[in-house]
Amino acid sequence: MAVLTPISGWGRYPRIRGELTAPRSFDDLEALVGSDGPVIARGNGRSYGDSSFNAAGAVSMLRLDRMLEFDAQAGVITCEAGVILGDVINAVLPRGWFPPVTPGTKYVTIGGMIASNVHGKNAVKNGAFGDHLAWFDLMRAGGDVVRCSPQENDALFRDTIGGMGLTGVILRAAFQLRRVESAWIRQDRTAHGHLDDVMRAFDESEDATYRVAWIDVLARGRNLGRSVLDIGEHALVSELPAKSADAPLAWKTRRKKAVPFTLPVSPLNGLTVRAFNAMHYRLGRAGVGQSLVDWDSYFYPLDALLHWNRIYGRPGFAQYQCVLPMATAHDGLVRLLETISGAGRGSFLAVLKRLGPTCGTLSFPMDGYTLALDFPWSKPTARLLDRLDELTLAHGGRLYLTKDSRLSASRFTEMQPEAGGFRAMRTLDGSAGSFSSLQSERLGL
Amino acid sequence: MSTPSNRPPVLIVGATSDISLALARRLAGDGHPLYLAARRIDAIEADARDIAIRSGQPVTPIVLDVTQTGGLQAALAALDPAPHVIVSMVGFMGDQAQSEADPEAAKVVIDTNLTGPAALMEAGAVLLAGIDAPTALVGVSSVAGDRGRARNYYYGAAKAGFTALLSGLRQRLAGTKVAVITVKPGFVATRMTEGMALPKPLVESAEACAARIAKAISARRMVVYPWKWRILMSVIRAVPEPVFRKMKF
Repeated sequence: MAVLTPISGWGRYPRIRGELTAPRSFDDLEALVGSDGPVIARGNGRSYGDSSFNAAGAVSMLRLDRMLEFDAQAGVITCEAGVILGDVINAVLPRGWFPPVTPGTKYVTIGGMIASNVHGKNAVKNGAFGDHLAWFDLMRAGGDVVRCSPQENDALFRDTIGGMGLTGVILRAAFQLRRVESAWIRQDRTAHGHLDDVMRAFDESEDATYRVAWIDVLARGRNLGRSVLDIGEHALVSELPAKSADAPLAWKTRRKKAVPFTLPVSPLNGLTVRAFNAMHYRLGRAGVGQSLVDWDSYFYPLDALLHWNRIYGRPGFAQYQCVLPMATAHDGLVRLLETISGAGRGSFLAVLKRLGPTCGTLSFPMDGYTLALDFPWSKPTARLLDRLDELTLAHGGRLYLTKDSRLSASRFTEMQPEAGGFRAMRTLDGSAGSFSSLQSERLGL
Repeated sequence: MSTPSNRPPVLIVGATSDISLALARRLAGDGHPLYLAARRIDAIEADARDIAIRSGQPVTPIVLDVTQTGGLQAALAALDPAPHVIVSMVGFMGDQAQSEADPEAAKVVIDTNLTGPAALMEAGAVLLAGIDAPTALVGVSSVAGDRGRARNYYYGAAKAGFTALLSGLRQRLAGTKVAVITVKPGFVATRMTEGMALPKPLVESAEACAARIAKAISARRMVVYPWKWRILMSVIRAVPEPVFRKMKF
């Protein structure tokens, strides 16, 4: 008997009632893939929109979560798709290794990281997660398991990286880690009063590993795009104070707080968001300078507040993340920021990053700038986001499917010319009939 | 997590269960080397490897069938370094209707839940008696042993027996360095209970249950019994037999 549970992405919009099946073995998984109707694999539900479920539900990979192999000399780890990134860090960091690329939360699965081809703050220097994969095993339509790597089944390898789970179910993967001397990040914070200034600062810091700017999207006129830019490097032992240098790879687990339930009405409104953004900028400006930050606080500030998505209340929220190519990025960002601040619909947190090229047919990153925003879900928000789609498209940009819950098929195809080929491939090899999400149906993938 | 200190090894028998694996991950994360015992080596190897990678601790898979009681003493003595904590997580619900109809099926339920674990505790007591440090025997029983019910009274009877055995063993070993810990989990969301219609407030996750057991080991508690169940079962035990006879649950 099917048990229906509420299922949504991290944005809590859209929400469905469906069947969330969690196989314990690859045999059980194979039975699901071969059964009636298309399925979609779901990791830890951290993608924001409707990419991790379809109308019937989803196949949870969380029980297929064994670490299979760790070569502590070469820094290569092999694990099943349901392994959580934070658990990988807990396992490898004490032995001097760190993920090559990490998104803004450590509560993602390895399978999800591949399907989304996640990027981090080091996208110019290190590309996206897919660029560090040695191989993965993929369960195809019909249940066959195929090994994919840059050498073996390379077309399928590229289609699956950033392929949103639409080529099959990722079973296990091996990827290369990065050597680190410590669990600390040396952070250099600077404040910039205008978009032009922060973009210049990005240009002048191309050698840095991690770069991210928190942008006050509600500032206008001569303050447009004012930002706090954080540049980070893995700290060397020689850069640590004596008491940390003794055990450079040790850390204290942060205490976590949680939002205990979904708020009926969101406290985030025009007023509080404006105040928060201004405060964030002022605090950031006050905190300018160098500091040492532990890895958890540096990479995952929002993970300290469990279930933070509940703050947006019943209606949920929409993340909007676009990337614009270098040539049009400045003009495009000005137009986007003017439109957002003009609409008075600020984002709680807005992030500006540089991205670089990566592998993957449908991958999001390209050489350019990415802006990520979140908005409480409402009709005016939907209208604003449609307007932002037009601007993104007009400037040669595209959207991050992992954040998306509402883009139209026609705009998507214009933004991502590879979509047509991807769709044809899915029809040809039978994956279209076996794997689908609400998103893939909406986008005609 | 930070670099774990060196703690004594723990042996978990019946290691393939969800509670066992959650307990193993937790204890290894706290710095305990582990022996994980199952009836078949291939049933536990991959999990042993997973936990070893996660924790950086040595995790050794071993074959042990507690119903082969004759070999237990030698099997425990062969473990080097010797475990300081021995956890019996062995359990088998069986099929109640089958147990009623077939004494051999009933015997499997009794042997797996009582005879075998009892022999393991006895063999463990001999091993731990030779260790000059605080050690512990941990027996996982069940609230199902608190009062027999139509639905699962073979399982309940065996668990009732095991609970009584642990209580007696604890008395016998009082004054030694061997603590005897009785664990009575309530409903835990595991493979065993999957698909059963259980009252949600009374169900805890395997991780929560494992956390409770790990805490009891380090605090050397005598009985692990969630307070909700303590209240519920004291009410159920107090129901007069003529009334209980007609209850359906």
